[in-house]
Amino acid sequence: MLTDNNKIFHRKKILTTFFACAGILVFLFGRLVYLCVWRSEHYSQMAVDLHERERSIKAARGRILDRNGVVLADNKTVCTVSVIHNQIEDPEAVTEMLCRELELSEDYVSKRVEKYSSMERIKSNVEKTTGDRIREYDMPGVKVDEDYKRYYPYGELASKVLGFTGGDNQGIIGLEVVYEEYLEGEPGTILTVTDAKGIEVEAAGERRIEPVSGQDLCISMDRNIQSYATQLAVQACATKQADSVSILVMNPKNGEIYAMVNVPEFDLNHPYELPEGTDENLTAEEKQNVLNGIWRNGCINDTYEPGSTFKIITAAAGLEEGVITPESRFSCPGFIVVDDRKIRCHKIAGHGSQSFTECMQNSCNPALISVGLRLGIDNYYRYFEQFGLKKKTGIDLPGEAATIMHKKENMGNVELATVAFGQSFQITPVQLLTTVSSIINGGNRITPHFGVKTLDADGKAVQTFSYPVESGIVSEQTSATMREILEKVVSEGSGRNGAVEGFRVGGKTATSQTLPRGSGRYISSFIGFAPADDPQVIAIAVVNNPQGVYYGGQVAAPIIRQLFENILPYLEIMEYN
Amino acid sequence: MASRNTAKRRKKEQSEYFFDYSLLFIVLFLLGFGLVMIYSASSYEAFQDFGDEAYYLKKQLIAIIIGLVLMIFVANIPYHFWERFALLGYVVSMALVPLVKTPLGVESHGARRWIRIPGIGLNLQPAEVAKLCMILFLATMVCKMGKSVRTMKGFIFMILLPLPVVLEVYLITKNLSSAIIILGISVLMVFVASPDYKKFIVMGLLGIAAVAVLLFFIISSGGEGGFRSERIVAWLDPESAAQGKGFQTLQALYAIGSGGIWGKGLGQSMQKLSFLPEAQNDMIFSIICEELGLFGAIAIILMFIMLLWRMMVIANNATDLFGAMLVVGVMGHIAIQAILNIAVVTNTIPNTGISLPFISYGGSSVMFLLIEIGLVLSVAKRIQLKEL
Repeated sequence: MLTDNNKIFHRKKILTTFFACAGILVFLFGRLVYLCVWRSEHYSQMAVDLHERERSIKAARGRILDRNGVVLADNKTVCTVSVIHNQIEDPEAVTEMLCRELELSEDYVSKRVEKYSSMERIKSNVEKTTGDRIREYDMPGVKVDEDYKRYYPYGELASKVLGFTGGDNQGIIGLEVVYEEYLEGEPGTILTVTDAKGIEVEAAGERRIEPVSGQDLCISMDRNIQSYATQLAVQACATKQADSVSILVMNPKNGEIYAMVNVPEFDLNHPYELPEGTDENLTAEEKQNVLNGIWRNGCINDTYEPGSTFKIITAAAGLEEGVITPESRFSCPGFIVVDDRKIRCHKIAGHGSQSFTECMQNSCNPALISVGLRLGIDNYYRYFEQFGLKKKTGIDLPGEAATIMHKKENMGNVELATVAFGQSFQITPVQLLTTVSSIINGGNRITPHFGVKTLDADGKAVQTFSYPVESGIVSEQTSATMREILEKVVSEGSGRNGAVEGFRVGGKTATSQTLPRGSGRYISSFIGFAPADDPQVIAIAVVNNPQGVYYGGQVAAPIIRQLFENILPYLEIMEYN
Repeated sequence: MASRNTAKRRKKEQSEYFFDYSLLFIVLFLLGFGLVMIYSASSYEAFQDFGDEAYYLKKQLIAIIIGLVLMIFVANIPYHFWERFALLGYVVSMALVPLVKTPLGVESHGARRWIRIPGIGLNLQPAEVAKLCMILFLATMVCKMGKSVRTMKGFIFMILLPLPVVLEVYLITKNLSSAIIILGISVLMVFVASPDYKKFIVMGLLGIAAVAVLLFFIISSGGEGGFRSERIVAWLDPESAAQGKGFQTLQALYAIGSGGIWGKGLGQSMQKLSFLPEAQNDMIFSIICEELGLFGAIAIILMFIMLLWRMMVIANNATDLFGAMLVVGVMGHIAIQAILNIAVVTNTIPNTGISLPFISYGGSSVMFLLIEIGLVLSVAKRIQLKEL
């Protein structure tokens, strides 16, 4: 019997065993208290991180509005189709369905369907109707998420200015790139609870961090002017069978650009479509090169020899330096000899004796060369820099091309002579327009721009942009004289075709032969501004390689005339200034 | 008057012998609770793998029913009946273990520890048989040796007796945890059988010293000593070994931590969704913590302490030494397994596969545990109430 006294030690030992075991269990309980109370937060957070999968929600991109609030770039709802590897039950059916609905190659889809990842995107920016159709198949593992896609209501309008966005709604070219930080907004997140294999736990629901929409961008463009300028450019491009036509319309006082047209434009809603007739067997790189060419904004990305329009700069420099007055007399025998070179005037017979104003009306090369030579290389170069021609204009568009100019130490009189009438160097149209603006607006070098302000969802201004203005480029006196001379060029001189009845228009034509000389390719251009005594609007038309008649006065000036005929009354009504 | 007397006498006759309802209730509670938790922990994976949420629940239920029948059967047989099979049991368990290496052996979870009983289609873990047989064998031996157990010679003999089986289990089935449990049960039984304390204190200190030295070497070698030492490194810092050996432990800690004090509620565990391997098996305690919180855990620990307490009472009141030793063996078995399991789940000791008695999923384990409970009940039945 265990109860016998001599066996009492057994009881003691059993009791010891029990208390030892119970003691260890109590100790383990203490350890549990530590884990459940003190370490609870640490481990719960780690567990939540493990259980939740993230899916981002695109933020609605800010719209782009013209100066009157017309929406130029909008958003529309589209779908993103993805697959979740672990949830797919019938990979073949899924692949087949996605190939058919999304018009993708089977190779592309099956690779993604079979890829072992938590979530694989098949295609984004799918039309909502297609997305809805795919959703109706109700195939496990196929996810259709709605988000936003950029939509451009006017298609081709200002395509190279506005730019477009890529698959992640990020800006690719144009204003969409420059104002990315304002437009993009902050993407939100959907946090879903999943099991270890990545399958969503439906009962757990989901946590959403709402996206923040981007700000709307107000630009200085006027849709009506842009639209009308585009019509004119298309028309000119067609009738003159030109390679391209650019038109820039700007407020010369503050640099606000009303219109920037580069025909041919492209469709912003289908920016990757190649024009008809393009070789279909291009490599990806060749294709990209073709596209880059299509997307190029001639007004700012390309430089050209400005030709006679640059005589405005030479004249302004001469007047400012006091080497000439509008009454200074010049004699043109049809050519001028600079050092050992004989440089011809475009009128071989010569213009004879003429005042400087008349020289400008006739666009006389020898007279302007004389002005340049009177200034001398040092002075001319100083004015070139003072006018801001060596710097970029600072326009709020990407990829502005820099001026290509002789180095001062390489300049001789021959180079100086050619520069004086706008040859042997290259600038962009926007650079020329900006410089001419500063000469006629009283000597203030303005920064050409589109961005005016950004708006929040309620239409309240968040950020108003300001741009640098450099004053004192030329004196008020020179500026006034230049306005008078240029008004005469239009009223009595070579710019006659730019005249608009009832308005005082100033301007200058140009016809420049492109390099190499003798190729028969010309660039015709015209700069016009109005009213001549107090310019409210300045515009340049550049026609690249027109066929047949190629003189700027005949090709480009009528474009600006037609433009002004329509927009000058309009601008008066709109009271923009 | 007479009828009252007879009624009184009948009542006295009926309750002359002791039946431990408390023990039975605790066991049934643990089994029922285990079934609920197995269903909760396994239904998600069971549905994915077998298309049946109750796949594991059903298998466990069948094992429990068979186990309960066996328990009642054993409880109604006087326990001295088994004394004659003691040696046979020892030999059988010695013989069964190597069978896992024969074509009868079944591999599961990357280890070959089971044998298939032909005809029934039931998998049996020889280590479970060995635990039961060892308890029976050592209890018999203690009685046979009588007072000679108290001598040094007897002590060493008793310690050496289980070693062949322990080594067999460890070396053939690579099952360190079962080997430790069998050794632990044996040491505990010898401890109770011998009146001495000094020897055991020395043994304990030597054991602690050995473990410390081993740990020192593993830590200083940076855990490059293979399978076991990787586990030690993972034990010391499970978060940096999250991709390797520390994975399961860390997942268990996530479960315990995210349960907090009150738990997420029954069925609300996240970790059981394939994050925690063996959620219904060795790691079920962490799911209990996640769903029922600290209070669920304390309830289970209290149930185990009560179970041990009942067995202590039965052992202390057993009619003879053989009965007492049997109960001590069973008590040791359940205590060691429960302690080691909870210790592993809470990362108190390095990870090793030990199931939680009565609760974890595992057919042969629960059946043999119920047979052992049957033995305890049988011992309890012989106790006369007046002895209490």
